[in-house]
Amino acid sequence: MIEATEFTPLQAALGGALIGVAAVTLMWSLGKIAGISGLLRSAVFGPDADRAWKGVFLAMLVVSAWLVFRFGGFGFELRQGFPAWQLVSGGLLVGYGTALGSGCTSGHGVCGIARLSMRSILATALFMASGIVSAVVIRHGLVL
Amino acid sequence: MKRLVLAALAGALFGAGLVISGMSNPNKVLNFLDVLGPWDASLLVVMMVAVPVTAIGFKLAWRQSAPVCGGAFQNPPGRHIDGRLLGGAAMFGVGWGLAGYCPGPALTALAIAPREGLIFVGAMLAGGLLFKVTQK
Repeated sequence: MIEATEFTPLQAALGGALIGVAAVTLMWSLGKIAGISGLLRSAVFGPDADRAWKGVFLAMLVVSAWLVFRFGGFGFELRQGFPAWQLVSGGLLVGYGTALGSGCTSGHGVCGIARLSMRSILATALFMASGIVSAVVIRHGLVL
Repeated sequence: MKRLVLAALAGALFGAGLVISGMSNPNKVLNFLDVLGPWDASLLVVMMVAVPVTAIGFKLAWRQSAPVCGGAFQNPPGRHIDGRLLGGAAMFGVGWGLAGYCPGPALTALAIAPREGLIFVGAMLAGGLLFKVTQK
């Protein structure tokens, strides 16, 4: 089922600025790129001497998101009964694909484009394009 | 200790940004990707603000000789473009469009929408593990 959502440019801009400040904070303090897929993989699977800070970063990301959602006035209505097969297949593809392609929306899309990395610019164009095709096909069927 | 405190601060800012921006709401993400549906351009605004803020901040940070907590700045060189990069990015996009979660928002779903978060993050880690064991 398709549920319409409102265009929220102010929240989007504020949230985008916070994501940018977060990425800059990590670069300024630890010299690291805030790529969530890579941080998660090395925090969980290691081996990595940096697992402590990666674990703390990810844990605080979750806690802070929950606090802002629950108490910050930025809650939203949760979708109900979303098909499990889409979550499982989506998760597998995101997990494998971000490992193979060395990054996701944060590492390539935000940090990589900010560094003007040609690899990241290409990767972002590609996952945006395949994401659009995937979302359109899953919602509307093969439209062509 | 300083490393952990600053990592915690960065993580907290990132998590807040994901929720406030709307990235954590898979309905908004899918309405952005689904250009034939009730299109929601919010995520375009997120990227258009996050990228320049990061670009300017990185430039300022790199004026220091080293990161505050020591070590060196990570600035991966532009390695060659290969099939792994392109194939991986294409696969990632397909998965993103199937469920509306990329890795950051998926983690926030663990707390916000636990049923979806646990299933998706579990599958995402399985995908990462599959990569790890098949590439060795």
